[in-house]
Amino acid sequence: MTNIIIHTFLALLMPPLLLGVIAKTKAAFGGRVGAPFLQPYYDILRLLHKGSVFSTTTTWVFRAGPIVALATTAVAALLMPFGAHPAPISFSGDMILYAYLFALGRFFTMAAALDTGSSFEGMGSAREATYSCLAEPTLFFALITLSRLSGSYSLSQMLANVTPGAWLYAGASLLLLIGGMFIVLLVENCRIPFDDPNTHLELTMIHEVMVLDHSGPAFGIIQYAAALKLFVLGAFFIHLALPFATGNAYLDWGVFIASMLLLAVVIGVVESVMARLRLVRIPQLLVAATILAAFSTLLIIR
Amino acid sequence: MYSFPQGFPDPAILAIIAALITGCAGIPGLFLRTAGAGQVIAVGMQMLAALLGIPAALALLFARATVTYTLNWGLPFGPCELAIDPLSAFFLLPVFAVGAAGSLFAVGYWPAAAHRSSERGLTFFFGLLTSSMALLVMARNGVFFLMTWEIMALSAYFLLVTEHEREDVRRAGILYLIATHTGSAALLVFFSLLVARTGSFLLPAAGSLSALPPMMMSVAVAALLGFGAKAGIMPLHVWLPSAHANAPSHVSAMMSGVMLKMGLYGIFRTLTFFHDPPLLWGAVLTVAGITSALAGIAFASAQHDLKRLLAYSSIENIGIITTALGVAMLGYSSHSHTLAYLGLAAALLHILNHSLFKPLLFLGSGVVIHATGTRDMNLMGGLGKRMPKAALLFLVGVVAICGIPPLNGFVSEFLLYLGLFSQLQGSSLAYIVLLAPALALVGGLAVISFTKLYGSVFLGTPRNSAAAHGHEAGATMLMPMGFFALCCVVIGLFPQFALGLISPALASFMPMATAAAGQSSEYMTILGRLSLLGILLLAASAAIALFWSLRLQRLPVLSAATWGCGYQRATARMQYVASSFSEIAISVFDGIIRQRSERPVLSGLFPRPARCVDLPSETVLERIITPAFTVAGSAFAFLRRLQHGQMHVYMIYIFATLFILMIWAH
Repeated sequence: MTNIIIHTFLALLMPPLLLGVIAKTKAAFGGRVGAPFLQPYYDILRLLHKGSVFSTTTTWVFRAGPIVALATTAVAALLMPFGAHPAPISFSGDMILYAYLFALGRFFTMAAALDTGSSFEGMGSAREATYSCLAEPTLFFALITLSRLSGSYSLSQMLANVTPGAWLYAGASLLLLIGGMFIVLLVENCRIPFDDPNTHLELTMIHEVMVLDHSGPAFGIIQYAAALKLFVLGAFFIHLALPFATGNAYLDWGVFIASMLLLAVVIGVVESVMARLRLVRIPQLLVAATILAAFSTLLIIR
Repeated sequence: MYSFPQGFPDPAILAIIAALITGCAGIPGLFLRTAGAGQVIAVGMQMLAALLGIPAALALLFARATVTYTLNWGLPFGPCELAIDPLSAFFLLPVFAVGAAGSLFAVGYWPAAAHRSSERGLTFFFGLLTSSMALLVMARNGVFFLMTWEIMALSAYFLLVTEHEREDVRRAGILYLIATHTGSAALLVFFSLLVARTGSFLLPAAGSLSALPPMMMSVAVAALLGFGAKAGIMPLHVWLPSAHANAPSHVSAMMSGVMLKMGLYGIFRTLTFFHDPPLLWGAVLTVAGITSALAGIAFASAQHDLKRLLAYSSIENIGIITTALGVAMLGYSSHSHTLAYLGLAAALLHILNHSLFKPLLFLGSGVVIHATGTRDMNLMGGLGKRMPKAALLFLVGVVAICGIPPLNGFVSEFLLYLGLFSQLQGSSLAYIVLLAPALALVGGLAVISFTKLYGSVFLGTPRNSAAAHGHEAGATMLMPMGFFALCCVVIGLFPQFALGLISPALASFMPMATAAAGQSSEYMTILGRLSLLGILLLAASAAIALFWSLRLQRLPVLSAATWGCGYQRATARMQYVASSFSEIAISVFDGIIRQRSERPVLSGLFPRPARCVDLPSETVLERIITPAFTVAGSAFAFLRRLQHGQMHVYMIYIFATLFILMIWAH
C-alpha cells in the first residue's frame, strides 16, 4: 500500500523536475547559471492562472486534446513499474495496452492541432503521425525481447526480470535494445536531435508546433503531460540501462529517483552536444532503431 | 440437444422467416404508386426482420446447438438442407443489424422524392442482398449455397450501379462483375471437387474430411481463390476500392460490413470440413493476411477520396482477421490450444467489430457526401462545426477502427497480440511473434490514415463553399450511426461480455481449443482488467476536464483567429489538405505506395493558373491485372466470333453443351 502511495506521489510530483534538470544541464554546458531546478513547476502553476484564447475555428475536439493526452499518460503511469517496485496495476498483456494508450493520446493531440486549421499545426501533426508510426515497431521488438527473457506478459515482471544477472547472459541483446529504446525515448518526448522543445516558430518542429494555439491552463496541462510522458518512458528505459535493486524498499525508491535524475542529465548532455537532425534523416534513424531492436529480438529468440 | 423453453417459437424458424421477410422488403415498393411509401414499408419489414432475427440468432448462438431443416425441392442435387449452428448464427447477427440500419439510413440518404427512378430498384435489391446473405450462412447444400452466392453477388452489382449514368460507376460495376464471377468460377470448381470426394451435394459434416489426399490441396486453393476474392484478400482485392467508393453509402456499408464477411464465412466453413488441416494452410492464411493488412493500410494512407480510403481500410481489417485465423490454424495444426483459442477469438471478435465500425464510417461518409456533394477530402473541412452530432459519431468510429483503447477495435487486436506473444516461450512457433511489430506498424499507419480523414473532413476551416454550407443530417441518418457507435463503446468498455458472445461460435468451430477449458475464464479476467482501465481512463479524462472547466470559469476567456505565426492573412486554402498530410508518409513508404503526380511548370513573370494533381495508383490492378487481361484479350480474339448477340444461337450452344455432357456421362 505504501508503495502504491509513493508510486502515485512520484508520478504526480516528480516529472517537471526532470525538465528542470535537463535545462540546468544544458545551461551548465552553455556556461550559464540557468533557471532554477523548479522552474518548470513555476511555469505550469503560472499557466494555470492565466486566461485562455480559443481560436474561432475550433470545436470541442480542440479542448479534448490536452485532456486525453494527460489522461492516457496518467493511466500509463499506473501500468509502469518504478524501479524495483511493481506497478499498482498489472495483468497479462498490459504492455500492449501501455503501447496503445500513447497512440490514443497522440491521436487526440493531432486532431486538436488539425482543428485549428493552421498550416503550421497541420504540418506538425503530419510529422508526428509518421514518426510515431515508425517508432511503434521498435517498442514492440523491445517488448518481445523482454517477454522472452522473463517468460511473462506483464510490464512489472518483464522489467523486474532485467537484473545485472540477466545482463551477463543476454548482454548483447540488451545493449542493442538500449540503443533502440534511447532513440524512441528521444523521439517520443520530442528531444534534440529529433525535435526541439524550446523553439516555437520554426518550420522544422514537430510536437511544439502542434500546441501553438493552446494557451493558459490548457498549455499547462500539455506541459505537465509531456513531463509525465518523459517520466514514464524514462522509467521504462532505466529498467533496461540501470537495473539495480538493493532489496530494501525505501532504498530502492532512492535508487529509482537517483537513476531518473541521472537519465535527465544524460538527456541534457545529448541535447547539448548534438545539433538537430535534418528532417529527412529522422525516418532513417527511426528505421535504424527498429533494426537494432529487431536484432536484439533475433539474438534472444534464436 | 438443447431444448428451447416451452411457449416460445423455435428460433431457427424465426431466423428463416426473418431472412425471407428481408427478401420481400422491397417488393411492395415496386407496385406502389406513391413515392416513398415502398421505402417506408421496406424499413418496417427490415426492422421486423431484425427484431425477429437478432434475438433468434442470439438464442441459437447461446443454445450451442445445430438446428437442421431439410427441404425436398425436387431438383437433381439432393435435398436442400438448411442448418443453423453457432457459427452461422454468429454471422447472422451483422446481416440483420446492418440490413435494418442501412434501410433506415436510405430514407434520409436516398429519398424517394428526389430519386424516383432509382429508389425502387435500390430498395428491392437491398432487401434481396440482405436475404441472400442470411440464407447463405444457413445453406448446407452446395448448389443452394452457390445459388444464394450468385443472388448476393448480382444484387450487390445492381446496387452498385444505381447511378449507372456515371461512367466511373459503370466501370466499377464491370470490374466488380468480372472479379466476382472469377471467384464464382473458383467456387464451382471447389464444390465439384467436394462432390467428387463425398458423392453428395451436401456440404461435408464438420471434421469429416482428411486434408491428406493430394486432391484436397486443389480444394483448398479453389476455396481460397473463390472466397478470398469476395473477402478482398490481397491480391484478389482489385474490385473492392472502386466498388465501395461508387456505391450509395448504405450499400457500401452493407458490402464492407457484411458482404466481405461472407467470403470469410466461406473460409471458416471450409476449414470446419477437415479434421487435420496441415500447417501450410495456416501459414498461407497468415502470410496473405498480414500482406493484405500492411499493403491495404499503406494504400489507404495515400487516398484522398473519402470512400476509397475506407475501402482500403476494409482490406486492412480483412487482412487482420485473416492473419488471426491463420495464426489460429497454425495453433490448431501444432496442437497449441492457447494460440488456437486466442487467434480464433481475435478473428471472430474482429469480424463482429468490423461489422460495427465500418458501417458506422460508411454511413458517416454518406452524411458527409450528402452535405458537401463531393468525395474528395481535399475539398472538405470544418464540418465538425456544422454537423456536430455526425462528427461525434464519426469520431467514435475512427477511434474504434484505429484499434486504440478504450473502444472495441483495440480488444480484438489485443487478443491477437496475446496470441502472438503466447508462443514466445516455446520453440516451434516462436517466430510468429515477429508478426507483432508488423501489426504495430499497421496500427500506426491506421492512425495516420484516419487522423488525416477526420482532420481534413471535420476539422479546420471549410476549403470550398459546399463544405461551408454543410448541414446536420436528419434523425433517420443519425439513428443507425448512433446504434453502431453505441455498440462500439459498449464492446470497448465491457469486452468480457463480447468474449462471452463469441465463445459459442468459437467452441463450435474448434471444439478442441476450448476443451482445454479454464482458458476462457482466464481471458475473461484479463479483459475485465481492460474494462476497468477503460473506465479509469474515462474517469481520469472527466476529472481533468472538470478541473480545467473550473479554472476556465475564474479566468478570462477570449476568442480570436487561429495564431498564424505572425502572418495576418491566412486563408482556408493554406491549410494542410488530406494529400499534404500523408505526403511525408508516402515518401517513407515509397516502394509500396505509388502516386501519379502532375506538377505545373511555372514560366514567365505572371504564371497562369495551373493544375496540380496527385493520384494514388492501384498498383496491382494497373501493373498486373490489366496488362494480363489485355494479353488474354488479344490471344483469345478468335473466340469473339462465337459471341454475336443472337439469342437463339446462344440457346443452341447451351443445348449442345448439355447434350455432349450427357453423352459423355453415359
